Amino acid sequence: MDQQPPPFFKRGPAPVALLSFYVALSLALLVVDARFQTLEVLRQALSMFTHPVQQLAHLPAQLLDNAGSYFASAARLQAENAELQRGRLEHVAALLRSQHVEAENERLRKLLGVKERQQVSGQVAQILYSARDPYARRVIIDKGQQDKVIAGQPVIDDLGIVGQVTRTFPFVAEVTLITDKEQAVPVQVVRTGLRSVVFGLGDGQLELRFMPVNADLQNGDLLVTSGLDGIFPAGFPVAKVVHIESDTAYSFARIFCVPTAAVEHFSEVMVLDPRPPVALPEELADEVATKDTKASARVVRAKKKRPKKD
Amino acid sequence: MHTSYSSSRILLPVRPWFIALSLLAALLLNFLPTSAWLAAPDWLALVIVFWSVREPRRVGMGLAFLFGLAMDVADAGLLGQHALAYVLAAYGGSSLSRRILWFPLGQQALQVFPLLLLVQLVQFAVWTVAGAELPGMVYFLGPCFGAFLWPLLTLLLLLPQHQPVDHDDNRPL
Repeated sequence: MDQQPPPFFKRGPAPVALLSFYVALSLALLVVDARFQTLEVLRQALSMFTHPVQQLAHLPAQLLDNAGSYFASAARLQAENAELQRGRLEHVAALLRSQHVEAENERLRKLLGVKERQQVSGQVAQILYSARDPYARRVIIDKGQQDKVIAGQPVIDDLGIVGQVTRTFPFVAEVTLITDKEQAVPVQVVRTGLRSVVFGLGDGQLELRFMPVNADLQNGDLLVTSGLDGIFPAGFPVAKVVHIESDTAYSFARIFCVPTAAVEHFSEVMVLDPRPPVALPEELADEVATKDTKASARVVRAKKKRPKKD
Repeated sequence: MHTSYSSSRILLPVRPWFIALSLLAALLLNFLPTSAWLAAPDWLALVIVFWSVREPRRVGMGLAFLFGLAMDVADAGLLGQHALAYVLAAYGGSSLSRRILWFPLGQQALQVFPLLLLVQLVQFAVWTVAGAELPGMVYFLGPCFGAFLWPLLTLLLLLPQHQPVDHDDNRPL
């Protein structure tokens, strides 16, 4: 007769077994999340639980903010109002002129047969908070899947490009700032028309990589989006060159830039609508179509093969 | 139910809803917009370590894993990064629980400090593997504050378990 411990002593699996199970599970999650990005559904499901708690946590700060603006003095409001009125009048001339120029530009483009520049539109969103992680340059905005925000949409403020929506949740979305280490924006130098890609450095600055030492760049050069990626609309300010290090030991110059937009500040931003995909020229479109049919034919063949094997 | 060195009082059994409430409160504290301040202690890690030391049979690695996932989602970090750190801390807490409770509160804090440091180090390691740099030594101040808060936290979280003191000469206990 074998000796069984009484059920009184049963405490589930041994701690070390549990530990190795949970550690293996976390490591698997880490690897899958870092390499394949296939856990978005799990993330969204969990966010249904964390989102209310987060809102609760941000309530005191919001109340304090609102109370502050409620008790703002009338004198300050009047001064601000006058300032805004003056600013509006100052800008009216430029605005009228730009409308005129835009109309003229459209006409000229039509004459030249160039494709029309698309209008940009979007929705205003508020930055709720930045991620607690000290390593990530990401912020959370208050628009999500409910407002039809999708991953990939560009985000701007009144001074330039802020970043790009990288993850969406039901009520909020995560925006990766252009200063994040993993974010790259295709840009063009306004003065010379030179095209390049600007990378985030992770410390609030940006860097233009792979530019030859003799490239025509100066401190103060403005970089705007080139629009070649099909994501960011062309012509939005991105950064300004602040420091150029040209060391002859390296074949590339190190060019540091600072973002023009208030990237690291909390403010309101605008989420631009995604750009419609540009249609391919006919000969290329045909090629892609034939490839697609071939691919689908292959799939059909594979499906047909399978029952034979069985 | 353990009695600690410093207190000879016999504590009431812990109520499960109070454990849940304290964990949720710690989650709330972690979600406060304090991201600019790197040295903020990780409240959730502190409370998880506390309960896994005090009640290793009620709060274990499973709860630590779930709360870690919640932190990962809220932080927009890699999924599993907090979960791994909290699971290790909970394991450390529950396996050292008998030893830690033997000491007075001040020395308990000294023994809890490495566990809190482990939470921070695991996350740092995950980020290093993913290709990030150390945000500065301030990052490791959080566990120090956490360890300082240990005696205070113990008093606070054990408060509902103290029985009212009524002296009765006929009753020995």
